[in-house]
Amino acid sequence: MTRISVTVDGVRYDDDVEPRTLLVHHLRERLGKVGTVVGCDTSNCGACTVLMTDADGTRVGVKSCSVLAVQADGREVTTIEGLAGADGGLHPVQRAFHERHALQCGYCTPGMIMAAVDLIAANPDPTDAEIREGLEGNLCRCTGYQNIVCAVRDAAAATRAGSGAGDVVPQPVS
Amino acid sequence: MTMTEDRPAATGEVGAPRRRKEDARLISGRTAWTENLTLPGMLHLAILRSPMAHARILRVDTGAALREPGVVAAFSGADVAAVQGSLPCAWPVTADIVHPDHPPMAVDEVRHTGEAVAAVLARTRAEAVDALAAIEVEYADLPVVLDMEAALADGADLVHAGKGTNRSYTWVFDSGEAGTGGSVGPAFDGAEVVLKRRYRQQRLIPAFMEPRSVVVDPTGEQITMWSATQIPHILRFLLAVITNTPEHKVRVIAPDVGGGFGGKLQVTPEELIAFVAAKRVGKPVKYTESRSDSLISAHHGRDVIQDIELAATGEGRVLGLSVKLTANMGAYLGLVGPGVPILGAFMYNAIYKFPAYRFECQGVFTNTTFTDAYRGAGRPEATYAIERIMDELAVELGLDPLEVRRRNWIGHEEFPFTSVCGLTYDSGNYEAATDRAVELFDYAALRAEQVARRASGDPVQLGIGVSTYTEMCGLAPSRVLGSLRYGAGGWETASVRVLPTGKIEVITGTSPHGQGHDTAWSQIVADQLGVAFDDVEVLHGDTRTSHKGLDTYGSRSLAVGGIALVQACERVRDKARPIAAHLLECDPGDLEFTDGMFRVRGNAEGGKSIADCSLAVFAAHNLPDGAEANLDAEAVYDPVNFSFPHGTHLCAVEVDTETGQVRLRSYVAVDDVGRVVNPLIVEGQVHGGVVQGIAQALFEEAVYDDAGNLLTGTFVDYTLPSAADLIDIVTDRTETPAPGHPLGTKGVGEAGAIASTPAVVNAVVDALRPMGINDIPMPCTPEHVWRAIQERSAA
Repeated sequence: MTRISVTVDGVRYDDDVEPRTLLVHHLRERLGKVGTVVGCDTSNCGACTVLMTDADGTRVGVKSCSVLAVQADGREVTTIEGLAGADGGLHPVQRAFHERHALQCGYCTPGMIMAAVDLIAANPDPTDAEIREGLEGNLCRCTGYQNIVCAVRDAAAATRAGSGAGDVVPQPVS
Repeated sequence: MTMTEDRPAATGEVGAPRRRKEDARLISGRTAWTENLTLPGMLHLAILRSPMAHARILRVDTGAALREPGVVAAFSGADVAAVQGSLPCAWPVTADIVHPDHPPMAVDEVRHTGEAVAAVLARTRAEAVDALAAIEVEYADLPVVLDMEAALADGADLVHAGKGTNRSYTWVFDSGEAGTGGSVGPAFDGAEVVLKRRYRQQRLIPAFMEPRSVVVDPTGEQITMWSATQIPHILRFLLAVITNTPEHKVRVIAPDVGGGFGGKLQVTPEELIAFVAAKRVGKPVKYTESRSDSLISAHHGRDVIQDIELAATGEGRVLGLSVKLTANMGAYLGLVGPGVPILGAFMYNAIYKFPAYRFECQGVFTNTTFTDAYRGAGRPEATYAIERIMDELAVELGLDPLEVRRRNWIGHEEFPFTSVCGLTYDSGNYEAATDRAVELFDYAALRAEQVARRASGDPVQLGIGVSTYTEMCGLAPSRVLGSLRYGAGGWETASVRVLPTGKIEVITGTSPHGQGHDTAWSQIVADQLGVAFDDVEVLHGDTRTSHKGLDTYGSRSLAVGGIALVQACERVRDKARPIAAHLLECDPGDLEFTDGMFRVRGNAEGGKSIADCSLAVFAAHNLPDGAEANLDAEAVYDPVNFSFPHGTHLCAVEVDTETGQVRLRSYVAVDDVGRVVNPLIVEGQVHGGVVQGIAQALFEEAVYDDAGNLLTGTFVDYTLPSAADLIDIVTDRTETPAPGHPLGTKGVGEAGAIASTPAVVNAVVDALRPMGINDIPMPCTPEHVWRAIQERSAA
């Protein structure tokens, strides 16, 4: 067992974990953060994507099935459950996914939203092609991705408009 | 009280692009996937799977596993042989079908890789998985049967030695014998054009994003099973029957379910093993599959060889069609597996009118994972074959592919139309959908570009693909299902509970797993009862609240369940009307229900709402004499016919003739799914369906090696397309209401997947026709395309 200290969605958790424990299993089974899901075990589908601070403190998207819990020691992790503002207001990406009908069964959605947040942080004004390339590591079986691309485009625009947690409402679908 | 008298559409919800109710929890991680569930004392189940495609089990020793840390129990198929039962096939399509037992865990023989052999229960998932390595199994090789046609040859090695054959069934439809048309013999004899083609529907994997998961709690009065299933009601019934458990002692819950596409239309080995295991130890048990377990053991789809012959006149009018299928059942018969090709049998004639049709299908056993329904279930296969060969007919006669279709399709003025299969197509307008698609696609401009590229010898050629499809939705009239030897009916049910404050609970027998029923059903009820969209709660997927239903598959939920819902709402209004009349001190006959209110006819003022009536019923102080203090109502609807959505899809691809790379250039889908309750949801269904069909055309195939090992056992190898592989689809709709349906809806879940595969492959082949190529085996990967080009060049 190894002692780790991870801040998840703003709360610090100190736990003893087996060295082989994956971050996603730590999140789900120890911390009860079941909003983050496992889709493939081989880092192909991205359903388990969360944000984690790197050594410089920058939040980047990681596939939590491909990170050991011990690697998260001392880091801050943001999951889908911690994305909304403290007042419960939806993050622009969450809001855009709802407005654009960018989810159906919703299983890929936590990872897709977190990957989109990561993408917009790295590229605030992505083209559709850049969005498609940027989400290549996240699979969705329901939507055909078209509305996801729309949602990310809208969310990027809302973010650029400086709305923070969702003052700008994405344009409704015509 | 008829629909024509009431004009209940007060809220204008039906037809509005309502954002989904379901989203709030799904976008914030507040989800109820089965895998999220933890119960006191719960044990974790791990399953040891066969590495052999076909072998006798000589010995299974679980003794060492029992000594591993955390292990509570370990058992083999032989250990539970007396109680595990046999997995059901509900669709034995012929009287003499060969239907072998399908034990959830293999007892003395394994017949496909991935078949369950033994199981461990431990305190943690990791301990359970670790302990599998300590189980010793001794196998003796048996010959592996993989090739369907070889399996049917005399003297072939057998998948089920005791059955004496690998043929499960032969099912025939002949329009001459059925009296629904002529015989194909004479039709072919006199024909000026006869085309013969062989197409191969490669094996696919539904690959829903949520891996299957099941939790069984045996500690309560009812044994409760949570399962990531499309069919909680069917599962409850069959669990009771298979395990000899009284039905009222079984409760099944389908909580949030992450996609299905037919892949969760199954009673699975894993559900039975978890059930047996939980009863064995008396504690809750959870099993969640890994993706690799899922790809190798959850049922596969398609895998059919299609030999198709078409006879036509020199003007391109089809005279007859003969179809012979060889359909891979895999090692066992799935829940509806044998019936999947039969669903397709009625769709090979598609939107065309011709006088003679013969269909024959042989179901074959092989040492592979069993096959069953996958989005479209038989209808994509049929549509692919007919739409591919219609293109061949066009080429043969030098006609535009759209023109050859026009010469054969059913005119909009000919509906209702009785097809050569004897089905009555309810309504449609193929001309309108095609005209709109051609316009959106800019068909003429793309054809001109194609001519130019061909003339210039451009190494990147342009191909244009056409697919005009119809499908039978709204499964299904129970009598028809009975005549096809299906084991259940096709009705659906809905209940409406009116709460004292006027809020509404709807209980539906459908079981959504991404389709947005909470939203669409709320829209319907809002209009029917004049209540707010947000005042409706839709309950489903728990046999304690929704005790009756036939679940969600086959584009049936709205087409069938929607009628039940409307009927239940009508009954609520019927019950409320005398209450309202009593409160208004008038005769019930003087009331009309408009804008959500019962009002005296001709009087726009005052009136009583459903909420007024429900409060009056709750108090029951002042009801008419003899009135029941209850507005709740239930309806069960059994459809009298299928519904027949249709559409025209056009696809343009660029094919690099040097590398074989296919790039999607543009895609137009014009669908007619009847009236639409929520256009946002419908468009989403089309997007997703089209992409799944594109995935079959270009990307996906489940592949076995010569020893029967699945080579595509991870998402590294079974290649679902990503966003980067796809383009935006242009969608539009024409709207021909379903006659006789109070909502006029037809069903949309499978349309895209049915239409798009032939559109894409027709486009790929169209690009390569100048090279003498008239087929590419699916999926049209760079390798398949490149090899076809090389073979033609060599020839």
